[in-house]
Amino acid sequence: MHPILGNLRRLTLYLLAWFPIGGLIAYVLATSGGISTGEALALAVPLALLFGFMCLSAWYSCRGTPLEQSSLTRVAGTHLLAAGLMSGCWIFCAKALGHELSRLQIYPGLDGRISKDYPLLFGIAVLLYLLAVALHYVLLALQDAQEAEARLLQAGILAREAELKALKAQVNPHFLFNSLNSISALTSSDAAKAREMCILLGDFLRRTLGLGEKSAIPFEEEMSLIRAFLAVEKIRFGPRIQMEENVDKEATDVQIPPLLLQPLVENAVGHGIANLVEGGWIRLDATCQNGTLSIVVENNYDPDAPPRRRNGVGLANVRQRLATRYGNLATFEVTHDLGHFRVALTLPAEREAQKS
Amino acid sequence: MSREPRKRSRVVIVDDEALARQVLREFLSPHPEIELIAECANGFEAVKAVTELKPDLLFLDIQMPKLDGFEVLELVDRDMAIVFVTAFDSYAIKAFEVHAVDYLLKPYGADRFEAALERAKQRLSDKSAGAADASTGASGARVPLLADLAAAARPPAQYVQRVPVRDGTRVFIIPVDKLDYAEAQDDYVSLCAEGKKHLKQQTISSLESALDPSRFMRIHRSFIVNLERVARVEPYAKDSHVAVLSNGTQLPVSRAGYARLRAFLDR
Repeated sequence: MHPILGNLRRLTLYLLAWFPIGGLIAYVLATSGGISTGEALALAVPLALLFGFMCLSAWYSCRGTPLEQSSLTRVAGTHLLAAGLMSGCWIFCAKALGHELSRLQIYPGLDGRISKDYPLLFGIAVLLYLLAVALHYVLLALQDAQEAEARLLQAGILAREAELKALKAQVNPHFLFNSLNSISALTSSDAAKAREMCILLGDFLRRTLGLGEKSAIPFEEEMSLIRAFLAVEKIRFGPRIQMEENVDKEATDVQIPPLLLQPLVENAVGHGIANLVEGGWIRLDATCQNGTLSIVVENNYDPDAPPRRRNGVGLANVRQRLATRYGNLATFEVTHDLGHFRVALTLPAEREAQKS
Repeated sequence: MSREPRKRSRVVIVDDEALARQVLREFLSPHPEIELIAECANGFEAVKAVTELKPDLLFLDIQMPKLDGFEVLELVDRDMAIVFVTAFDSYAIKAFEVHAVDYLLKPYGADRFEAALERAKQRLSDKSAGAADASTGASGARVPLLADLAAAARPPAQYVQRVPVRDGTRVFIIPVDKLDYAEAQDDYVSLCAEGKKHLKQQTISSLESALDPSRFMRIHRSFIVNLERVARVEPYAKDSHVAVLSNGTQLPVSRAGYARLRAFLDR
């Protein structure tokens, strides 16, 4: 699409710019003698506008010979040839106009008096055309830059969307396999407990599946998801898991991204409790003050535990999701020392009513 | 071949989850030829049980408190059949590199378990036949150390962060940044950390390949040194050098080791 022809406003501005050029040509013609100022204006202004239109064709030759990929001789040759052709045509039009103005007796004898100025006009036309070529190259470069930027932006948006989708759908498969193995153990020893675990697991899975489409859920819903998760893990680990919750009343209805905290609790189980022979504890505190929701998830761990896979993947995901969604309005901080692991995060406290 | 009265195979189960041990126990119960001699809930217990009770067969979880399954194998020199039992499929290759008999993925059914048990029994009977051959003179090749196999099974470009060592039935963990140097002593390496020496049954080459080469260097046929500890290198006798560590210890440096060490120090 032509950047000037395709846009009426730009075209108008562009043609307006040719009026002073017409004036300049008229001035040159008038001062070179032979014709009056009025005659020069009547000749030069319409011709300038016409040449303005003709110069728009430089777009196509510019696009056909991109600067980076064409040799200098080719660029120069193409545009000089075009400039010669265009200027020749224009001089022909100038002659026709001069002839008409004389024939219609508006400016009698004009064509005779102007004929010695044609070489001058030709030179001006070539220069103007080359200027137009330069202008079009600048426009091309601008358009390329804009397109590249748009592409980059688009790619960024797509990547972010894909990432969010992947992050949300992430339920650790090993949690599932281990839970199924526990159920398999219970079927022969304690059928009622096996059934209970099936139901708890089903409940947890259904909730996580349903969250895929939502962009935010109330804090309380996330907490009940965490409780469902821990109920399953408690059957697996028995008395080794201890969970303590301290959630402010104001925090319960704050909207948070789904599955934001569950990975943190899962981490605490996988890297904390799973490595502690005597079992461990998890503490989750949430407070809401001055429009900011602060959450702290803490647990103990064995500093001498064997290294595990997936280490830190869950944490990195949560950090990234917070950053993508809230930018620098959210904070995320991990500290650990002497067997004490602590994740603290803050985010703007959005509520349902405020969002609509 | 005359048949002696059938010996029962002695089995140890290692898993930190009580329910996971329960599945194994249940699947083992209809087999009178199998004797369950111990159940362990973490890596330390497993090392102790294998060292003291010398089982024939080990059902071993991988992710556990204290030591993971591979670290357990690094510390026991017993030649036994090993069946890994885990929810992670990503360790399968590693498991077969330590010559595991089978790799059970949780959850598994009785059929799958029976197949694994059958393979384990096969391995055990092959081995006793092999042992009989060996005793009658047909000598076999030297069996590689389990510790070496376990070390070799580590994925490439991933170096150990810690080295577990065993003293009797007690286990110590040496973080690699505490390790000053290691010295080869026949089939063992002596690991020197914080002024103490720990013996481990492993070859020095296998230890070398497990350690990050940007932090540890083989400076001699028998010595690996922690590069951070090297204070200076001094000429010793004609054509030989010693590396002086920051704590004053002097280690011999071979000619090839000197070239490497010089290249590192001059960097």
